[in-house]
Amino acid sequence: MSEISLQTRKLGKAAAWVSAILADPRHYQIAILSSLILFGVFHFAFQLPWWHVVGCLGAALGTQAIADRAVGRRFDARSPLISALSLTLLLRTGSITLSIAAGILAIASKYLIRWRGKHIFNPANFGLVIVSLLFTSAWISPGQWGSAPIFAILLLGMGGIVTGKAKRWDVSLALLGSYAALLFGRALWLGDPLAIPIHQLQSGALLIFAFFMISDPKTTPDARLGRVLYAALVAVIGFTIQFGFYNSAGIILALILTAPIVPLFDRMFPSGRYQWPEFFASLKGVSDETITTPAE
Amino acid sequence: MKRSRHLLSSALAITVMGAAAQANAFCGFYVAKAETDLFNQSSKVALVRDGDRTVITMANDYQGDPTEFAMVIPVPTVIKKEQVHISDASLLDHLDAYTAPRLVEYFDDNPCMERELIVTAQRMRGQSAPEAVSDFSSAKSLGVTIEESFSVGEYDILILSAKESDGLQTWLSDNGYKVPKKAERTLGSYIKQDMKFFVAKVNLEEKAKQGGEMLRPIAVAYESPKFMLPIRLGTVNANGDQDLFVYALTRDGQVETTNYRTQKIPTGEELPIFIKDDFGDFYKDMYKTAAKREGGHGVFMEYAWDMNWCDPCAADPLSNEQLQELGVFWLNDRPNKPGIMPRRPGPKSMAKDVYVTRLHVRYDAESFPEDLKFKSTGNRQNFQGRYVLRHAYDGEMNCPEAEGYKREVNKRKEKEIKTLANMTGWETKYIRAKVEESGKGGFFEVDKPKKDHEWWNKIWPGDE
Repeated sequence: MSEISLQTRKLGKAAAWVSAILADPRHYQIAILSSLILFGVFHFAFQLPWWHVVGCLGAALGTQAIADRAVGRRFDARSPLISALSLTLLLRTGSITLSIAAGILAIASKYLIRWRGKHIFNPANFGLVIVSLLFTSAWISPGQWGSAPIFAILLLGMGGIVTGKAKRWDVSLALLGSYAALLFGRALWLGDPLAIPIHQLQSGALLIFAFFMISDPKTTPDARLGRVLYAALVAVIGFTIQFGFYNSAGIILALILTAPIVPLFDRMFPSGRYQWPEFFASLKGVSDETITTPAE
Repeated sequence: MKRSRHLLSSALAITVMGAAAQANAFCGFYVAKAETDLFNQSSKVALVRDGDRTVITMANDYQGDPTEFAMVIPVPTVIKKEQVHISDASLLDHLDAYTAPRLVEYFDDNPCMERELIVTAQRMRGQSAPEAVSDFSSAKSLGVTIEESFSVGEYDILILSAKESDGLQTWLSDNGYKVPKKAERTLGSYIKQDMKFFVAKVNLEEKAKQGGEMLRPIAVAYESPKFMLPIRLGTVNANGDQDLFVYALTRDGQVETTNYRTQKIPTGEELPIFIKDDFGDFYKDMYKTAAKREGGHGVFMEYAWDMNWCDPCAADPLSNEQLQELGVFWLNDRPNKPGIMPRRPGPKSMAKDVYVTRLHVRYDAESFPEDLKFKSTGNRQNFQGRYVLRHAYDGEMNCPEAEGYKREVNKRKEKEIKTLANMTGWETKYIRAKVEESGKGGFFEVDKPKKDHEWWNKIWPGDE
């Protein structure tokens, strides 16, 4: 009898853990970003040596650990892990030093560039852009995913879950919707066949950006209306850079360019600050608790 | 009709890729016979790019009546006479040879003796050829402006800008360029994107003075942030797939397409010996199979290397003079940027700051709706399409190790057959027949496999 109750308790504890894990959108993100990296390396033969992954991850986690200690906050590996994984996915370089530098820059920007208790730049976006602009031996490969439609759909589905969990699917959809409208508008104006904007939308890099980068709740406006308008602005600027200045990384540059005006959006559309769900799985079960964190 | 097809497939340039072999300079010796016409309907373009400056050299192998030749190419800016240069087809041939996929041979040592190694290389290359043209008639007012009009070498060239696609289309057809109706929308799209049109025909008098059969490549230098190749006009009327070879010369490193995935061609595999005589066929089918896995089309990197050296060399790296002629304009900007000195500078003292990428694109209108857009990256990792033949030792072997060696070789040959079948889609039966027929690289006769080479054979040694 006691044997059974022990088993039940064990099961209950396991279930508590599972639901605790499922409750945090970051776990989905980590799982999906990691799968994408594996997919890229094994299916698409990305030039991504394992020590670069380790270097970037280590640098991001290390920076977070040091900075957390400095500001006296409990260390949490999840956010820096997501930033580092996004960086590994999007930044191509032959230099391990630059991989590490990107990781450090990304996380350091969260602690150093702040406005009213909120960091300004999307950490991965910041590391990515700074390193690829400053060094010729680091670059962004927008074409590395190709445009396989099946892959695009897969990504869409998974991305939907992720951002839906994070309550920031609105940013992703607003961005994709505005960008699609611009692409189709351009095609109509030029008299191009619709195959062209469809091809342009099937870019893996665009979808990864929409679902895994701009959707970061910490660096987008707090209010939904603000977020939607902000996403549309990023789309317009990204589109302009891409088609007016012929830079294929337009949308990624647009995010870093517009990040400094997010506080303006927050001022125009005030709303509560986003917090990651905090929970503790213990013998007693799982307790949800919200803690205001200085940097995540 | 025939004419209009030439016109459009030359919308980018026309060429044929052939396979040929030549003595290689540094390592090894001449191997096989030349083959030609490997890839039909193909174009060859050298693309020199640094910053916003571009020099594009388009080779063509148009072999029809020169009066029938015409080309219309969208260009990002107005081009003046000084920006156009008639180049030498042998330059592109050399560049093609230097970057061609290659076959390398290794010879096993006598398993009973000291090692000795000979390496030979055979390369596969494309061959360029010229295009043809016809006469211009006077310009009409159809919203078409003749921005520039000049002759260079055997070509009469016009640079047009237009307001409306139907005006341009009418003008072109009035002047003997039979552009298919379907191209109108594409022309309109280019007009709205503020592209100009580079229109060339052959000046028969000049051509006669020049002599020779072929039309020479045209090189154009311009400055524009657009790093792209217009392929859409060429696909309007194309029947089937087209092959395009891009030889990109940059300072930074590898060039890749930004709106299509650039992938590497399968490389480094060991293949049966008979491939030495069938390298052209092998490569053609291997490319086709690789493309098929991507839906029949794709952008494949066949070579990416620092221009200072090669290993093994299918041809010498290009000299400074050749590079200059191709438009590498930064050769005299000394010194080299720090940190990107080649790891193995060539014998000719000064290292050139030039990196070459060879992309082989197979496309059609459906799978490549958009023009090719490129970017140059800082990636200086070298890559080559390289295939290996390993000759087994065929002398006398008198030592106990010989038996084991032969068995190893047979196992290896089996694997090579499987690899080849997998790469080319050829049937293994066909491959085995070829191995037999060629009389080269066949299997060793080995004694009936001794029963003791697996552990279970030792349990029941008496069993048949």
